[in-house]
Amino acid sequence: MIKIDHLSKTFKTKNGSVEALKDVSLEVKKGGIFGVIGYSGAGKSTLIRNVNLLEKPTSGTVSIDGTDITSLSAGELLKARRKIGMIFQGFNLLKTATVYDNVAIPLKLTGVPKKDIKERVNRFLSIVGLSDKADTYPAQLSGGQKQRVAIARALSHEPEVLLSDEGTSALDPDTTDAILDLLLRINKELGITILLITHEMHVIQRVCDSVAVMENGEVVEKGKTIDVFTSPKHGTTKKFVNGIFNHQLSDEMIESLKETGKIYSLKFTGDSSEEPALAIITKRFDIFPNILSGNITQLKEDPFGSLLVHFKGADNEIKEAINYLQEKGIQTEEVMTYEQSKRIS
Amino acid sequence: MSKVNAFLEEWGSYLWVALIETFQMVSISLVISILIGLPLGILLVLTRPGKSLENHFLNRFLNIIINVIRSIPFIILLFFMLPFTKFVVGTTIGVKGVIVPLVVFTAPYIARLMETSLLEVDRGVVEAYEAMGIKTKDIIWNVMVREARPSIILGLTIATIGLIGATAMAGLVGAGGLGDLAYRFGHLRYEPSVMYTTVAVLIILVQGLQSLGNVVAAKLKKD
Ligand SMILES: Nc1ncnc2c1ncn2[C@@H]1O[C@H](COP(=O)(O)OP(=O)(O)OP(=O)(O)O)[C@@H](O)[C@H]1O
Ligand SMILES: [Mg+2]
Repeated sequence: MIKIDHLSKTFKTKNGSVEALKDVSLEVKKGGIFGVIGYSGAGKSTLIRNVNLLEKPTSGTVSIDGTDITSLSAGELLKARRKIGMIFQGFNLLKTATVYDNVAIPLKLTGVPKKDIKERVNRFLSIVGLSDKADTYPAQLSGGQKQRVAIARALSHEPEVLLSDEGTSALDPDTTDAILDLLLRINKELGITILLITHEMHVIQRVCDSVAVMENGEVVEKGKTIDVFTSPKHGTTKKFVNGIFNHQLSDEMIESLKETGKIYSLKFTGDSSEEPALAIITKRFDIFPNILSGNITQLKEDPFGSLLVHFKGADNEIKEAINYLQEKGIQTEEVMTYEQSKRIS
Repeated sequence: MSKVNAFLEEWGSYLWVALIETFQMVSISLVISILIGLPLGILLVLTRPGKSLENHFLNRFLNIIINVIRSIPFIILLFFMLPFTKFVVGTTIGVKGVIVPLVVFTAPYIARLMETSLLEVDRGVVEAYEAMGIKTKDIIWNVMVREARPSIILGLTIATIGLIGATAMAGLVGAGGLGDLAYRFGHLRYEPSVMYTTVAVLIILVQGLQSLGNVVAAKLKKD
């Protein structure tokens, strides 16, 4: 659906040039929700703005449904953009227009027949749950409501793709979840492919099928959300994943626990979270697991858990128990230090 | 009361004529100045670096022209421009003769005020409209000018008041108006009551305009 191929972008500024994107390649599947996560300055906004050419790539291509949009003429680009909706962190509504007009004006300007405009505006305002606010001005709306108007505005062009540049970053946690649920519903019911960028793991966790982690203009890790979460490879990814668990264990504690056994971090998802694996290994092997810290959370549809466990027992018994857990599809990693427990837990 | 009646009897028609003249001068030159100044203001914004019609040369050129004209006091402009005025409207006297210098004086000022107003418009909204595949010309009118309206109205109010001030000098080329009345009768022929009355009318005019501008701007502003 969206294919980003060897995309690079260099900004020339007075103080030299900034390589905001370095050879980025991504593929967003039709009907999927793809998330890009990274810290501030990683190049996420630059990436998403290259998808509808708000920013022109220095090299590389972006194609949507097989059309290379970097090769379009100005007129063709206008048409192509109408099929790519976009929402922003700052909502970007007309302050001087009512909710109704905020959706209607762009429709009028893109040549939607007058008789259809009213029906469309009303339909999409009702999808985002704002039918009763049609005559209100943006200043009288909450952040979440403003984003709903922006979503209705984007959807009213009946796009195939929706881009979100930190669409929930200006909202409180509850409102964020409500908007994310709305995005999920749009994706399911209208079949719109969504590419979103965020710096919050929570957003990825809640809605994304696939994820790419960016750092310094590069994609350092990408894949299905569940795979990236359960076995993060890159340091930055590990930090993000750990952010949703947050096990706290001091170095002293780890040192003293290591005298009597080993500490492992266990990650399990879907099927593996349903079996009482820990209970089984205590029966099969001569070890005593002790849960130091644990957490279970939800990844879109799958449960996803993380445990920090101290195994007391002989080294070889522990080794066999760990092998058994791995066979059951549980990700394991030994924890040696506090720093590491923060990173890998 | 009889004093007032006597005053009106003697000066009422002069005042009325002067008021009409001021009105004519201000409204005609305002309309022409807006027709020149607004597009110029838009051009000043759009030719800036990073904007859709980015053009360093044109932007510099416009800025220099505007700054040069705006440095010249109106009274000097009025005389300096006599040959040009003659060339454009065929005369240098009367209301017709003063419109050209008034427009040359006001249009660049309006262009600057429009530029400032348009620059206040949130870049993000413009971007959102670009992302929706909307043409630049439609964005100019439906986003930039539309969102800037409250600020544009306030700017035009300021420009109009400045214009009223400039018309006081119009008497020098025989165009009449309130300023001329106050000067000729109030000052030269020493009729203080004419002077005071004219000043009072001007104060009411300016106050009224500013209040009107404020009300309209507030009405257009929705936050
Ligand atoms: N128009 C521009 N001109 C020059 N440099 C730019 C421009 N836009 C972005 N950059 C630079 O490119 C890099 C990536 O910026 P970008 O906005 O894509 O980051 P981001 O991941 O979206 O960060 P944030 O989470 O803070 O929004 C930064 O170093 C930034 O300074
Ligand atoms: Mg950003």
